[in-house]
Amino acid sequence: MKAALISEFRKWTSTRLWWILLIVMAAYMAFLGVVMAFSMTLEPAGGGPAVGGVDAALTVYTLGNGLGYVFPLLAGAMSMTAEFRYQTITPSLLADPRRNVFLGAKLVAAVVIGLAFGVVGTLASVAGGAPILAWRGEGAFLSDGDVLVPVLLSVVAIALWAFVGVGVGSLIPNQVAAIVVVLAFTQFVEPILRLALVSVDALEGVARFLPIAASEALVGAGTYASLGMGELLGRVPGALVFLAYGLLFAVIGRWTTLRRDIT
Amino acid sequence: MISVQNLTKTFGSVRAVDDLSFDVRPGVVTGFLGPNGAGKTTTLRMLLGLVSPTSGQATIGGKEYAAIPQPARVVGAALEAASFHPGRTGLDHLRVFAPQVGVSDQRCRELLDMVGLADAAKRRVGGYSLGMRQRLALATTLLGDPPVLILDEPANGLDPGGIRWLRELLRFFAGQGRTVLVSSHVLSEVQQTVDDVVIIAQGRLVHASPLGDLAAQASRHVEVVSPTGEALKAVLDAQGWTYEVASRDGVHGFRVSDVAAAQVGAAAFAAGVELHALTQQEVELEDVFLQLTGQTQNVAHVGDATQEVAA
Repeated sequence: MKAALISEFRKWTSTRLWWILLIVMAAYMAFLGVVMAFSMTLEPAGGGPAVGGVDAALTVYTLGNGLGYVFPLLAGAMSMTAEFRYQTITPSLLADPRRNVFLGAKLVAAVVIGLAFGVVGTLASVAGGAPILAWRGEGAFLSDGDVLVPVLLSVVAIALWAFVGVGVGSLIPNQVAAIVVVLAFTQFVEPILRLALVSVDALEGVARFLPIAASEALVGAGTYASLGMGELLGRVPGALVFLAYGLLFAVIGRWTTLRRDIT
Repeated sequence: MISVQNLTKTFGSVRAVDDLSFDVRPGVVTGFLGPNGAGKTTTLRMLLGLVSPTSGQATIGGKEYAAIPQPARVVGAALEAASFHPGRTGLDHLRVFAPQVGVSDQRCRELLDMVGLADAAKRRVGGYSLGMRQRLALATTLLGDPPVLILDEPANGLDPGGIRWLRELLRFFAGQGRTVLVSSHVLSEVQQTVDDVVIIAQGRLVHASPLGDLAAQASRHVEVVSPTGEALKAVLDAQGWTYEVASRDGVHGFRVSDVAAAQVGAAAFAAGVELHALTQQEVELEDVFLQLTGQTQNVAHVGDATQEVAA
């Protein structure tokens, strides 16, 4: 397993894709941090109270999980789909034919690479947002435990998105299809689904079990939740539901994609 | 060393490999030959545990590939030239697989040097020529210094110098007592490299023997032309030779099988038959290969098939 892990890390570090995604994520998170911090500290036109204090800080600092998770998700998915796109799956399975080990090493390596996305993405949103919150709002709250814990958990959640990504990639080994599905689901389907579920009383509880809602529950704060889009699960159940998505996808992928003949 | 027994693989209704059995012995280079689509790659993929057989089994040193601990130290296999991430450098490609083989970066560099890619080590594989990819694939198979080498169409894309280099390398490995199995769809490409041949067509074994035994199957025939066709025909009949009539434009020609020109000439001379042409036709090994694998338009066979349909 150790050899398989080193091999996976070398696969990551020897290609450019992941750090291009990382740089784009950092720039995007810094930009969103600035924009969100400004919008949080503006007096609403209707005269109601501005979102302030800890809530504003949390919303801005966990943007990485709320809006930036598509980057680690794509990176994780493509770490699997690239094997099929470039047929490196053949030499990979020749080097070690144990397919459980292959998938396991990919999942673990993705979490570690995902941590880099978590740290960079979170630092970028903090760097973009904190100065503005401190300047125009009620403070940056960077030493407040109620802020720091969710921020650290946001790093973990972003890392787990890469884990979920490997699951998605094993489920949909076609690279183009995987990218389309990830983009469509994260940018379009899930937000609409969530809005729709929340607006139907009988289904409101279901929205909490969507992947992004589960990841926000793990963090304990989220972009959508702060917009009033429904209640979240508790932290531990949320974390379990979130992890279950990754594991479920990976297990299904193991028994479909990775059980098939490699031709 | 390599043993394939009653191996069968069906994809839907297609029998890609059909009850195939053969053995590959160590110390020689074995050519695994057949036209494109004959089932060579599918067979190799089953041998390497990438494709599961419908029935039968394929073993290396008595074990299935997946049952070999650290298989890359025992078997070096290269399947297609396309199995590279284009964004990875040649050196990094080797470094990716080095941990499972248990070798160092130094070994990766040595191998690149050995296959003539030392200067391209830091270049992305996307910019490599087909020949360079073949060399890199070969370097990958050699990482673990394995006693068994399995190479799928390794000569594809190599220039004549590269093919010669590959031939000498494979002969060298066989000389060290390693088992070397090389697939190709053209016999002439590996004719000077291989000691044994395993020939398949449509998933079935059509011939397996040392190359010399295949050469013995290469028949020869004589083309003979006479202005007096009936007289010559009588001579050929008297000798009991098999022949085809190949008359054209009023010239009486015959194609006599498995004889030497001298024999035909002597028989005609003895019978007082005038000859206008007497040509020895040697059949190339490649022709035997094409015939065995059904890649020739054989008139006689077409005729047989028509009769069968009519019957």
